[in-house]
Amino acid sequence: MKRNDWFLAAGILAAAAILLCFQMFRKTGDQAVVSITVDGDLYGTYSLDEDRIVEINDTNRLEIRGGYARMEWADCPDQVCVNHQGISRDGESIICLPNQVVVSIENGESSGVDGIAR
Amino acid sequence: MIPRRRPVLSGKGKRLKNRAAYFGVLTALTLIFSYVETLIPVNLGIPGAKLGLANLVIVIVLYKTDFKEALLLSVTRVVLAGFIFGNLFSILYSLAGAVFSLMVMNVLKTKKTLSVIGVSIAGGASHNLGQLIIAAIVVETYQVGYYLPFLLIAGVITGALIGITSREVLKRVRDVRF
Repeated sequence: MKRNDWFLAAGILAAAAILLCFQMFRKTGDQAVVSITVDGDLYGTYSLDEDRIVEINDTNRLEIRGGYARMEWADCPDQVCVNHQGISRDGESIICLPNQVVVSIENGESSGVDGIAR
Repeated sequence: MIPRRRPVLSGKGKRLKNRAAYFGVLTALTLIFSYVETLIPVNLGIPGAKLGLANLVIVIVLYKTDFKEALLLSVTRVVLAGFIFGNLFSILYSLAGAVFSLMVMNVLKTKKTLSVIGVSIAGGASHNLGQLIIAAIVVETYQVGYYLPFLLIAGVITGALIGITSREVLKRVRDVRF
């Protein structure tokens, strides 16, 4: 293993760590909302504080409980979104690629440029 | 490495036969690795994070032959494995990752500043990056960027494992002559 290999690995890991820090320091706001988009179009926004179950187009079922949103059921074969842990922080998301459903936490107040998106 | 034989006209048929035989064996090998991978459930809570065992064959072929062969093998594998073990979506994502990572690996390999391990690490990370970019385009959202750090770390780890294995295999395997 050459020295450059270590530099490369360290470089990528450092970049990942920096991105991770950005995400960690973004906390849930007071008015956090769960935003659901299907195929890029907004399906609906729901308050994270209210416990409820959202049916998304007969393909997915989202459960909001105790300040966490998690995908309870999906009709896709891989079930990646169902196995995903609950989300609560601003910017976190559950994505169901087969159904093109994106569930994300957004702070109702900060609708500016997203740190991850740059 | 022994320079590859370029047989003259009379050997052209033989060369094609060899090439077809090697290609068949290698395709079968990548498919077996893809199958073995489905037997090992790795659920780290990161969607799309896999060991990428089949990439071991791709890396070795890239080093033993050339970019064209590796690309052909990689695309064949992704399409076949996608139809057998996945779905149309997984083919799309895998294809983006596979082609992107192969291009990155090829460039880094030609520069010769990195060993197989480094090239493989870059390949692992760029594989995941390529998939994520396609995912972002398909779902039309930048939210998939949330997975980027996890996928980069996963790519470095799997890339390193594949790279270390590749180095050991490359030391021992005979030249594949196409």
